Amino acid sequence: MMGWLPVALLAVPLIGATLLLLAPDALRAVIRTYGVVVSGVTFALSVLLAATFDYGAAARMQFEIDRPWIPGLGLRFHLGVDGISLPLVVLTALLTFLCFVYLCWRGGRSPDQLRDDRPRELVFTLLVLEVGMIGTFLALDLLLFFVFFEIVLIPMYFLIGTWGGKGRRAASIKFILYTLLGSVVMLLGLLIIWAQTGTLDIEALSASHGAGMSRSVQILAFVAIGVGLAVKTPMWPLHTWLPDAHTEAPTVGSVLLAGVLLKMGTYGFARIAIPVLPEGAVAVAPWLGAFAVVGIVYGALACLAQRDLKRLIAYSSIGHMGFVLLGFATLTPVGVNGALFANVAHGLITGLLFFLAGAIKVRHPHADMPSMGGGLLATMPRLGSVLTFASIASLGLPGLAGFWGEMLALYGAFQPANPLPRGLFLTYMVIGGLGAVLTAAYFVVMLSRVTHGRPRAARPAETPPPADDRLVRAAPDERPVVPLRPPHSVRALLGPPPSRAELTADIQGHELVAWTPLVVLILLFGLWPGLLLSLTTPPVLTLLGALS
Amino acid sequence: MTIFPMLAVLLPFVAAVVGLLFSRVPHRAPVTVQPPDRAAGERANTRAAWIATVPTAAAAVLAVVLAWGPGFAYFTGDAAPQPTGQTFGTIVTGAIPISLTLQADALSSVLGVLVTLVALAVQVYSAGYLADDPRYPSYSAFVSLFTSAMLLVVYSGDLLVLYVGWEIMGLCSYLLIGHWWEDRGNSRAAVKAFLVTRLGDVGFLFGIFVLGVAADSFRIADVLAAVPGMSPATLVTATMLLLSGVAGKSAQVPLHTWLPDAMAGPTPISALIHAATMVAAGIFVVARLFPAFTAAPPTLDVLAVMAALGMLGAALAALAQDDLKRVLAYSTISQLAYMAGGLAAGSDTAAVFHLLTHGAFKALLFLCAGVVIHHVGSNLMTQMGGLRRELPVTFVTMTVGFAALTGIPPASGFFSKDGVLAAMDDALSTGRLTDAAALLLYGCALATVAVTGAYAARAWLRTFFGRPRAVALPEPEPGTAHVVDVREAPRTMLVPLVLLAVPALLLGFAGEPHLDLGIAVISVVLTLLGAGAVYASWRGDPLADPARLLGPLRVPCERAFYLDAVYAALVVRPIRALAALVVTTDDKVVDGAVRGSGASARRLSGMLRLAQNGNVQLYVSGVLAGVLLIAVGAVMFT
Repeated sequence: MMGWLPVALLAVPLIGATLLLLAPDALRAVIRTYGVVVSGVTFALSVLLAATFDYGAAARMQFEIDRPWIPGLGLRFHLGVDGISLPLVVLTALLTFLCFVYLCWRGGRSPDQLRDDRPRELVFTLLVLEVGMIGTFLALDLLLFFVFFEIVLIPMYFLIGTWGGKGRRAASIKFILYTLLGSVVMLLGLLIIWAQTGTLDIEALSASHGAGMSRSVQILAFVAIGVGLAVKTPMWPLHTWLPDAHTEAPTVGSVLLAGVLLKMGTYGFARIAIPVLPEGAVAVAPWLGAFAVVGIVYGALACLAQRDLKRLIAYSSIGHMGFVLLGFATLTPVGVNGALFANVAHGLITGLLFFLAGAIKVRHPHADMPSMGGGLLATMPRLGSVLTFASIASLGLPGLAGFWGEMLALYGAFQPANPLPRGLFLTYMVIGGLGAVLTAAYFVVMLSRVTHGRPRAARPAETPPPADDRLVRAAPDERPVVPLRPPHSVRALLGPPPSRAELTADIQGHELVAWTPLVVLILLFGLWPGLLLSLTTPPVLTLLGALS
Repeated sequence: MTIFPMLAVLLPFVAAVVGLLFSRVPHRAPVTVQPPDRAAGERANTRAAWIATVPTAAAAVLAVVLAWGPGFAYFTGDAAPQPTGQTFGTIVTGAIPISLTLQADALSSVLGVLVTLVALAVQVYSAGYLADDPRYPSYSAFVSLFTSAMLLVVYSGDLLVLYVGWEIMGLCSYLLIGHWWEDRGNSRAAVKAFLVTRLGDVGFLFGIFVLGVAADSFRIADVLAAVPGMSPATLVTATMLLLSGVAGKSAQVPLHTWLPDAMAGPTPISALIHAATMVAAGIFVVARLFPAFTAAPPTLDVLAVMAALGMLGAALAALAQDDLKRVLAYSTISQLAYMAGGLAAGSDTAAVFHLLTHGAFKALLFLCAGVVIHHVGSNLMTQMGGLRRELPVTFVTMTVGFAALTGIPPASGFFSKDGVLAAMDDALSTGRLTDAAALLLYGCALATVAVTGAYAARAWLRTFFGRPRAVALPEPEPGTAHVVDVREAPRTMLVPLVLLAVPALLLGFAGEPHLDLGIAVISVVLTLLGAGAVYASWRGDPLADPARLLGPLRVPCERAFYLDAVYAALVVRPIRALAALVVTTDDKVVDGAVRGSGASARRLSGMLRLAQNGNVQLYVSGVLAGVLLIAVGAVMFT
C-alpha cells in the first residue's frame, strides 16, 4: 500500500539534482535553501517510513515495489525495507540532511560551509550521492544493488577530487580505482549466483538459503562478493584507500564516507553474502574473523602513532569495522545483531568525529596534533567537550552507542555458530578485547594531546604534509580548469568573509544544529539499545535460518 | 517503593545532565571571547552546587528508606525480606536477553546508604573546596554522574547492567582525576587510571560471558541459583576473569599502580571515588557473587596471595611516601587488600563490614587531608607540622580517622578489622584455602597491622605535631588547590568532617559486633608496637622523617618497588614500538603493494607503448612477421 515511499526516497533527491541541471540560473540565488529543503524532504520521507513501518513484522519486507526493469535479462526494479535496512536508510537521510544543514545554516560564512567554491555542483554531487546510498539499502535485486553501489563511487570521487585538501587528486584516484577493482570482483560473484540459480531476487535467494548451489560454488561466490564488500568496508589489508580519502576529503565528504559508505560494505554481508550463501559463509567465516581481529588490533596500533587527527579517525574506522566483521563472522544472531548495531553506532559516532575534526581543521588550518599545542578545552571549551564526548562514545563506553555493538560482537565470538571452531573464535574474542583496550588507549591519548594541557600559540604544521603517496609520481597539476572565483553576480550574494574572531570562536550555530541530533541519538541508543536490537533481531533470525 | 532503586539511580543522573547543560544559563554568545566574568562564574557555581546537592540528598533519603527494612540483616545473618525493586524492561540481543532489573537486597541496600551519604558529604564539601574553581559546574555534574553509576552497580540485578555502571564509574574517575587538565601530569594520571582499569574490565566482561552462558541468564539471581550445577572449570575460569576486573577497579596487585597516581585529582574526589566507593566496588562484586567464588577454591587461593602481597607491600610503600595523599592512597590499597583477604578467607560479611567502616573513615581521612592541604598549600608532609593548634576541628576528626584506620578501640576500624582477622584465623583451620596461602595471608595481615600503626602514626605526627614549618607560600598556579586565609576551613568543609567522624567512630557497634578477644589483643599490641617505634624515632629527632626506620628498604618502598618502571618497560614501550612498526608497515608494505601495482601497471604499459612508436616500418614488419607465423602454424598443424 505504501509502496511509493521507497521510490519517493530515491526520486526526491534525483529530481532535486536534475532540476539543478535544468534550471541552474533560477536556483542559483536560493542554492543554500534548496539543498536543505530537498534533503530535508528526503529525511522527512525516511521518518515517515520509520513511522509507518510495521514493527510487529520487522522480519518481513515492507513497502515492497517489484516491477520489471530490463525484462530481456530478467532484471527487476525491486525495492523494500525490513528491520535491517530501515535504520540505515534513516541514518543515510539524516546524515545527508545534517551535512546540508552544516553547509548552509545561517548564510554559510564559515570556510567549510557552502561558499564560493562551486556551490551548485556541490549540492548536485551530494544529492546524487544520496540517491546511490539510499538505493543501495533499498535494493532487493542483486544487479540493482550493484548499480546503486557503483553510483555512489562517482559523486564521492568528485567530492574528494574537487573539494578536497592538498593531495586530493591522488587520494580520489586511489579511492575510485581501488573500490572499482573491488566492485568488479563482486560483480563476478553476483554473476556466479545468477548463473547457478537463475534469479537475481535477493528475497527469493535468501529464502532458499543457498539451495541449488554446491558448496564449492558458494565458497567461490562468497569470496568474490566478500572481497568486493571488504574493500568498501574496509577490511584489513584492503584498507589503504581509506586514510588517504578521509584525510583529503572535505568535512561533509568524510562524514558521509565514514557514516554511510562504509556501511554499504557491511550491509552487503548481512543482506547478500551470509543469507544467500550460508555454506560459503561457514567455510570462509574463520578467515573473515581472522582478518577482522587483525584489523581491530592493527587499526588501533596505527592510531596510536598518528599525528593527524583526521587520519587517526580514519584508522579508527578500520578497527571499528573489524568489530562489525567479527560479529558477522560468528554467524550467530547475537553476533550479527551486534554487527548491525555497531554499524549504525559507528555511523553516528564517526560522523560526529569527522564533523569535529573538520571544525578543528578550519580553526587551526591543519589537523596535525603535535603542532596544535593542546589546551582545546581552554581555548574552545564546548568544542573540546563535544570532542571528548564523541571520543568516549567511540571507544565503546557502556551507556553510549558504541558499546553495545562491540560487546555483542565479542559475545557472539564467545559462542560462535555450531559448525565454526569454537577455540579459534575464543582467541578472536580475546584479541578483540585487547583491541578494545588499545582503542581506549589511542582515544584517551589523543584527548590528552589535543584537549588537555596549557594552550600555546598554534604553530604551522611541523612536518611537510604527509609522505608522498601519489599513485602517479609525476607532479600533479592541481590547478582548477575553471577559475574558482565565482562570477561577480554570485559573489554579491555571499556575505562578507568571516573575521578572525569568528574563525577561532567556539562551536557556532551551524555546527551546533548539525551535531545536536547526533549527540542525542548516540545517547539514546546507548541508554536504550533495545530500540535498535528489537528491530534487527527478527530479520536476523530469519536470515540465519539455515545456520541456527 | 519498588521504584525507589530506579529513582535513586535516576535522580543524580538527571542532576548531572542538568548541571552540565544549564549551570551557566544564559550562555555567553560563543563568538565573543570575554575575560572570565567573576560574578557570572560565582552564580554558576552556586547554581551548580544546588543542582548537585539536592538530588544527591534525595537519593540518600531513598537509599535510607530502602535500607530500613533489611537493616543490618546482611551482617547478622537474619532472614532478610525479599529484595525491593522491579524489572523495567528487557533488551533482546538474539541470545540471552539483558533485563533492566534494579533492586535493593540486604547487601546492596547497606552499600547504597554508604554511597549516597559519602557522595552527599563530598558534594557539600566540594562546594567549599572548589568554590573558586571556574570548572566547578562540570566537576559537580561528574560527581553526580558517578553517584548514579555507582548506585547502578549497587542496585543492578543483571550482570551486564552492572557492567554498564562499572564502566561509567571508570569514566567519571578518568574525568575527575583529569579535572585540572592544564597540568600534563594530571592528564597522564587520568589516562593511566582509565587504561589500567579498562584492561581489567575486559577480563571482567569475559567473566560475565562465561557465567551468563553457563547459567543461560545474566540475571544475578539466576546465575547464583545455577552455580551448583556448573562445572569447576567453568567456575574457576569465570571467577578468575572476574577477578581481573576486580583487581583493576579495586586497585589490587598487580593492577594497583593507577591508584597512587590518581591522587592528582581534587581531594574530595580521592575521598569519594578512590577511597570510599568506586575502589570498593570490586569487593562488592565479589561479595555479590560470593557463592560462585566459594565454589572455585583456586580462585580464592589466588585472591589470598594477591591480597597478602598487596596489603603488606602497599603498607610499606605508605610508610615511605612524603605526599600525604599518596600515603592515604597506599593505605587504601592496603585496606582493600584486607577486604579481599577477608573474602578469600571465606567471610564475605567481615569483608563488607570492613568496606563500610573503611568507606567512612577513609573518606573522613581524605577530606581532613583536603583541609590540611588547602591550609598549607602543599601535599608534602615535609612542609606541614604543628597544625593541631591552627586546625583544631580537623585535628580531632583526623585523629578519629587514624584511630579507626589503625584499629584502636572503640573506633569502627577496630571491630571490622578484628572480624577480618578472625576470618583469616579460621581459614587456617577450616582448609578453605590451601595451607600455604592461608598462612601467608594471616602472617601478612598481622605484619600489616603493625606497619599500618607505623605509617598512620608517622602521618599524624608529621602533620599535626612538631614545630610549624614557616613556608613562604607563592601564589598558587591556576588549577592547583587554593590557599584559604582563614584559620579553619569554611563551614561547608567542616560539617561533612564532623558528620563523617560519627560513623568512623561508632559504626563498629552496629550490626552486633562479635569480638575475638585473643586476636583483638594481638592486633592492638601490634599496632601500638608499630606506632611506638615511629613515635620513638620521631621523639629522637622531630625534624627527621621516621621513614628512616626502613633503612635500605626506604627507596624501594618510596618507589613502590619499581613496579611502574617494570610496566613501562614491559608494556608501554613495546606497544609504542609496535605502533610505530605498524605505521611503517602500513605505508611500506600494505600500501606499498597498492602503489606498486599502480607503478607496475604503468611500467607494463610503458613497455607496450614501445610497440606503438609511430614507425610505419616497424608496424609493417610486425604484420609480416605475424602473417608468417600464422602461415607456418597453419602448415605445420594441419
